[in-house]
This record gives sequence, C-alpha cells and structure tokens, in this order.
Amino acid sequence: MAKSESELTWKDLEIGCIIEAPGSARSYESGTWRSQRPTYDFKKCIKCGLCALFCPEGCIEQNDEGYFEANLFYCKGCGICARECWPRVIKMVEEEE
Amino acid sequence: MATRIGIEVSIALADAVKLCNPDVIAAYPITPQTHIVEHLAELVADGELDAEYIPVESEHSAMSACLGSAASGARTFTATASQGLALMNEVVYVAAPMRLPIVMAVANRALSSPLSIWCDHSDMMSVRDTGWIQIIAENGQQCVDNIICAFRMAEDNRVLLPVMVHLDGFNLTHVIEPISLPEQEKVDKFLPRNQFPLPLNPDKPVAMGDFAPPVIFTETKWAQEMSIQKSLPVITECWDEFERAFGRQYLPVEKYHSDGAKVVLITMGSTSETAMVAVDELRKNGESVGQIRLRLWRPFPFDAFREAVKDADVLVVIDRAISFGGPGGPVASEVKAALYDQAKKPKVVSFIAGLGGRDITVSGFQDIIHKGMEIADKGSQNEYEIYGVRE
Repeated sequence: MAKSESELTWKDLEIGCIIEAPGSARSYESGTWRSQRPTYDFKKCIKCGLCALFCPEGCIEQNDEGYFEANLFYCKGCGICARECWPRVIKMVEEEE
Repeated sequence: MATRIGIEVSIALADAVKLCNPDVIAAYPITPQTHIVEHLAELVADGELDAEYIPVESEHSAMSACLGSAASGARTFTATASQGLALMNEVVYVAAPMRLPIVMAVANRALSSPLSIWCDHSDMMSVRDTGWIQIIAENGQQCVDNIICAFRMAEDNRVLLPVMVHLDGFNLTHVIEPISLPEQEKVDKFLPRNQFPLPLNPDKPVAMGDFAPPVIFTETKWAQEMSIQKSLPVITECWDEFERAFGRQYLPVEKYHSDGAKVVLITMGSTSETAMVAVDELRKNGESVGQIRLRLWRPFPFDAFREAVKDADVLVVIDRAISFGGPGGPVASEVKAALYDQAKKPKVVSFIAGLGGRDITVSGFQDIIHKGMEIADKGSQNEYEIYGVRE
C-alpha cells in the first residue's frame, strides 16, 4: 500500500481523482464516525448471526471461536446489532468508557 | 481558401461542431439555443455527421450523458441556455473536477422570473464557480473559431477541463452574419484526436467520481484549482496556433484604443462591437477614451487585464447581470478585486445595463461613458448604477 489518505498531497491525486486500484473503499476507516461501540457477553451468544444479517455496514464476522463480532475499523456504532440481538449479548457503550 | 458566406450564427456554430467531428451530442432544445442542436440533429439524421445524437429528456440528463460520454474518451458536445443551464447546474459542477473535456455552447439568456427569453449574462454568471473554462464571443466568426479552439483546449492533456463558449442569445444566435467556415483538412490538422488519459474501459476498470472524506477533499479542490490556473498558458497557446493556422487572432483581453486612454470602457459579449462604434465617435471628438473587451471569463486573465488598464484613470464597467444585495455587477466586482492590491489603480465605475434583452445603443454607451466620468470626478458611487431604469 502506498501513502495513506492522510499523507496524500494534491499532487499525488490521479487526474480527475480517478482511482485505478480496485478495493480502495476497504482502506477507508469508517470506524472514526463512532460515538458508541458494541460490547459482547459471549456467554449468552447462541451464534445465530442475526446481528451480522442486520448490520448495514456488513462489518460483523465470526471470530475464531465462532462468535459474531464487529470489526471496529469499519463499525460506525449505529447499535442496530444490539437492538436486534434477542439473547441480549450486545450492549452499546460510550466510546470514552 | 474558405469562402465567406451569409449564415445564421447558430447554424454556423453547429457546422463548426461538425467540422470538429464529435462522437456524441446529448442535448435538449431551449430558446435561444434551439437552432444549434436542431441543426446538429439534422446533420446526424441526414448522415452528414457520424455522431451519436442523444435526444435526452432534460438538460440534467444532457449533461449526465455528456459526463459518461466524455469519460469513455468520446468527443462530446452539448448546448443550452438560461433555465436549461440552471436545471443542468448540479451536473455542470461534476464535470470540471472529474476533468472531463466537454464542450458546451451557452446562448446567454436571462434567468426567470419574470420569464424572459432575451439576452443577459445572469445564466453565464450562475455557473461562474463551476470550474469550467468560459470563453465569450462577440460575433458569429468568433463563435465558429472558438468552438474549434474549445475542443482543442478542453482535450489538451495539460488542461482536461470542460469549456463553455458563450454567445449572446438572439443578438448573436439568431442573426445572419458573414462567416468564413474553415476547411475540413485545416481543422483536422489543427485539432488532434481526443486522447483522454484514463477512459472507461472494461479491460482496465477504474473508479470515477468517487467519495472524498474530509481528510482528502481539500486536496482534490486544490488540484482542481491548479488545473484551471495552469490552463491559461495552454489557452493562449491554442489561440496563437489558431492564428497561425487560420489568420484570426484571439487574446484573453482584447484592447481597443485602450493604450494611453484615460477612460477605458470594459465590455463582454455582443454589445462590445456597438461600444466600439461609440468609442470611435468619442475619439473623433478628441476624448481620451478606449475600450477593453474580456474574451476569457474563467480562468480570469489577471495579468493581461492589469497590463491592459495600467494607463487608465477611470474604468467604466458594463455588466449584464446583477449580484443582488452584493457589489452590483460580477465583472465590476472582479475588476475591483484584480486592482485592489495595485499601487496605482484607476477609479472603477460600475453600470448594469442590457438586462433581459434591452438594447444598449451607440449613444447609450456614450452616455454611460460620460456618466462614468462624472461619477469618477465626484469620487464616489453608491456601489453601482443601473443604466436606463425608469424611476
């Protein structure tokens, strides 16, 4: 990967801001928009995956133990997963906590 | 040798577009631009011009189609006026930062309301900050020549910006003038193939018109500003080449007896030639009056302008548009901004005239010049005067 977005100068931009390499959206950290983040009580989790289905960002994946967890690089903290999780595994907490 | 024929300016402009051999024309008719796109549609329908003519459902769609067409590397033309340009506005903004070399003729017409189909420059000023190069013609020949130049400037890989060629509605679009249409071979030689550097191509996919978060948006805008600033020498180079090839000279700021003149009238567009007659007559009477005609509105030719007015004591600026509640005329406001930091600067007197198709006659220009001199003598003006308004 070349320079990150915060290092690019106007001279580094391709003409008309054309993007030649595919998949550049993947490097965009939408997680900085977040004011709350999801926390998990995996003891209650039944691994149903509803949270991942409802996540508008598509950023919830199964971890090594099979539990569903948001990737905080992309998670915007909308809280939809916490609302939809009926076993009440997910709780939103303020970022500063 | 190209022969000079009497021809309606709109038809001649369309013929000039044909000489440039465009690939795509996407347009919607609107008075007073209609004859331009109508004639192009005829040329395509009759098989005289091998181009894709897209009769879109609105100007918003016209410019959207032009974006796609130019992005694929096709030579692209459209034309509009007034309300059409206003409807198109959202997409007009998109073209310049995407560096798409679209050429558009704008038949200058007042914006509603009240509804007027006649000429002023309110539509032209409404797109001043869209990042397009804006050239304004004073007669039919200049329309033809500048359409040909516009394609070359726009597509030059050092520029890659969309270009508007403005012509005053009715005063130019609907008049018959003696015009020389250049020969096809000479245009072919003058205008190289369009070589858009990164065209849409399924074999080499790219993303265009993307999202820019705050971390990069400022850089994109500065890149855009640099692109239009750097276009200025290429624009003048193109006009120099045009003069060598076709014998007609174009400059960003055209002087008319302005060197050494104490009072200089500043005009833009079709009224300039009437004003030249007025200046001739005043000079015959021994008055130290000259004129400057702005040919290039964006990028504004600051250096050429400052050089052109360096001897003047008074500048009388005519605007055919109002910035309501602001400093009056957009041209006068630009002129003042260009001179504010200069050590020696002339007094600037601002007049609004010629709104919604009202004529400015030769005696009208003389009257404006004399009023301007009086105001400059008194030393103060209440921002601007609106000439000829009934009180």
